[in-house]
Amino acid sequence: MAEVVLEHVYKRFGSVTAVQDFNLQIDDEEFMVFVGPSGCGKTTTLRMIAGLEEITEGTCAIGDRVVNDVPPKDRDIAMVFQNYALYPHMNVHQNMSFGLRLRKTPKDEIERRVREAAQILQIEHLLDRRPRELSGGQRQRVALGRAIVREPKVFLMDEPLSNLDAKLRVEMRASISKLHRRLGVTTIYVTHDQVEAMTMGTRIVVMKDGLIQQVDSPINLYDKPKNRFVAGFIGSPAMNFMVGTVEGDRIKSGQFDVKTDELLSQKLQGYNGKKVYLGIRPENIGLEGYTTIPERDNVIQANVDVVEPLGAETHLIASVDGEASIVARVDPHAEVRAGDKVKLFADVKFLHAFDLDTEVNLRFS
Amino acid sequence: MSLRRLSTTTLIQLLLIFNTVMVLYPIWVMSLSSFKSTREIFRNPFGLPESFNLDNFIKIWQQTNFPLYFRNSVVVTSGSIVLILILGIMAAYALGRYQFRGNELLYLFFLSGLMLPLRLALIPLFIELKAFGLINSHLGLIFIYAAQGLPSAVFIMTGFLRTLPSDLENAARIDGASELQILLRVMLPLTRPALVIVSIYNLVPVWNDFFFPLVFIQSENLKTLPLGLTVFMGQYSTDWAVLFAGLTAAAIPVIVLYVILSRQFIAGLTAGALK
Repeated sequence: MAEVVLEHVYKRFGSVTAVQDFNLQIDDEEFMVFVGPSGCGKTTTLRMIAGLEEITEGTCAIGDRVVNDVPPKDRDIAMVFQNYALYPHMNVHQNMSFGLRLRKTPKDEIERRVREAAQILQIEHLLDRRPRELSGGQRQRVALGRAIVREPKVFLMDEPLSNLDAKLRVEMRASISKLHRRLGVTTIYVTHDQVEAMTMGTRIVVMKDGLIQQVDSPINLYDKPKNRFVAGFIGSPAMNFMVGTVEGDRIKSGQFDVKTDELLSQKLQGYNGKKVYLGIRPENIGLEGYTTIPERDNVIQANVDVVEPLGAETHLIASVDGEASIVARVDPHAEVRAGDKVKLFADVKFLHAFDLDTEVNLRFS
Repeated sequence: MSLRRLSTTTLIQLLLIFNTVMVLYPIWVMSLSSFKSTREIFRNPFGLPESFNLDNFIKIWQQTNFPLYFRNSVVVTSGSIVLILILGIMAAYALGRYQFRGNELLYLFFLSGLMLPLRLALIPLFIELKAFGLINSHLGLIFIYAAQGLPSAVFIMTGFLRTLPSDLENAARIDGASELQILLRVMLPLTRPALVIVSIYNLVPVWNDFFFPLVFIQSENLKTLPLGLTVFMGQYSTDWAVLFAGLTAAAIPVIVLYVILSRQFIAGLTAGALK
């Protein structure tokens, strides 16, 4: 039973503000992911919740208790570190039981919990090994095991998968999700990888420069990004941005001329004659002759620079107006070569427009 | 190209061999002499002894105070090293792993001890020890050696502790360890290579020191080996055979310890490096 509530949290290092006015309520049993580019303050926030960094201003509460002045060991949390931080001189069993031994847990209780965690993580055969005799994935499991045996109220995970190779990362991603479902412990997970964030989180906090940009479920972040940063950060390949001028219910520039739907054109009323960023995801762009997109008057003229066949789909990297480079996901059997001039159609329902200065998404403003 | 490299390697090898001979030959002569009688030493100073009998060693062990001196040296040396390690790791841990005001200044203060020879402060040291009633006692010697060894110990261990990942400390902190437990149960086992270097670094000078026992020790039964062995050098005649046997016997434990510790040190350096 533990919620984590952060209210008006600030972290300053000297004159540098690392985290600004952070407000968040994390529900019990939730899997919350903090995502953002490096230096955005996500790890600092996690370390403040862990008690490894002091909170400059504001409050942090775990359960019903404000923990600003509670030392890490009394916060009832467990943390998994990016570099695992296993104790090199102890074997796996000792690593996992260290916290319990310090807390004078009865021997048979320690034994039971370690066996159980080892069984869940399938590391029973490794209990006598030292960390240096383990592979990266095994070390990661031990680090998780060390957190599990403590049976804490909250799990904190700081980029736990970033030291693993790509294949193992996908595997471990699924195991951590499964683990969370099984144990139902509130989890806060920090990553810079938006795929990890999307696949694992029940909700995601997108951060940039110490500020929360948006907090929402993965699908809402994808469909309804609040600003240009979130729109560009979530989704792969990233959303395309082009500068165009609003003319009535259309946004135009030299090489494109697209119609906006009713909702967006309403929001754009005050922007007539002004420039905005037009945003459209690669999957909402169709290639002439190979698309089911119905509208034929949302045209983007583009020059194909690179063709990337991926098998299931092909990515066209093309330039528009000689500057903006856009990516389109098209039919893998489309016959297009680098250097071709092509006609692309944009799906009107999925067009976004962003203010040039505030970068706010006008569709949802 | 490869010929030149070969000749450079050869040159380096020759230099090293020369150096080895320079260092080992006196020890060799000392060891051989310990098996000779005084008369034989003068007749045949560098040759092999007539027989490898242990008469001289038996003599120093049974007829002189050598066992007493030896025990005193062990007490003083081990006491000093234990004190250096305990105080050194505590100071180095604070300096290396906590950030506080004056941290660097305090560190430099410890380092300044490296530059000041303790012997220059002999008279104040004497007055101070006298005030504490520590003249003519092993404890007085141990305190002096600890003070002498502390700067290098702090220097070596602070540098080492700074290289250990801070997440290890954080992990232990979240696991519920107190600061002392973090030091003793997580950091200390990992600091073993540094502890060994500090021990090696202090072992030989303290074991061999003649100066401080000479000044501070008066009672025969408190003398350490280097001081005690001078008894064998008489004003008019010296029993060289016994002296060499004493010197050899005094050198053996340090050499053995040195070999054991260096093994440990190398093992510590390479642990985990090879997967």
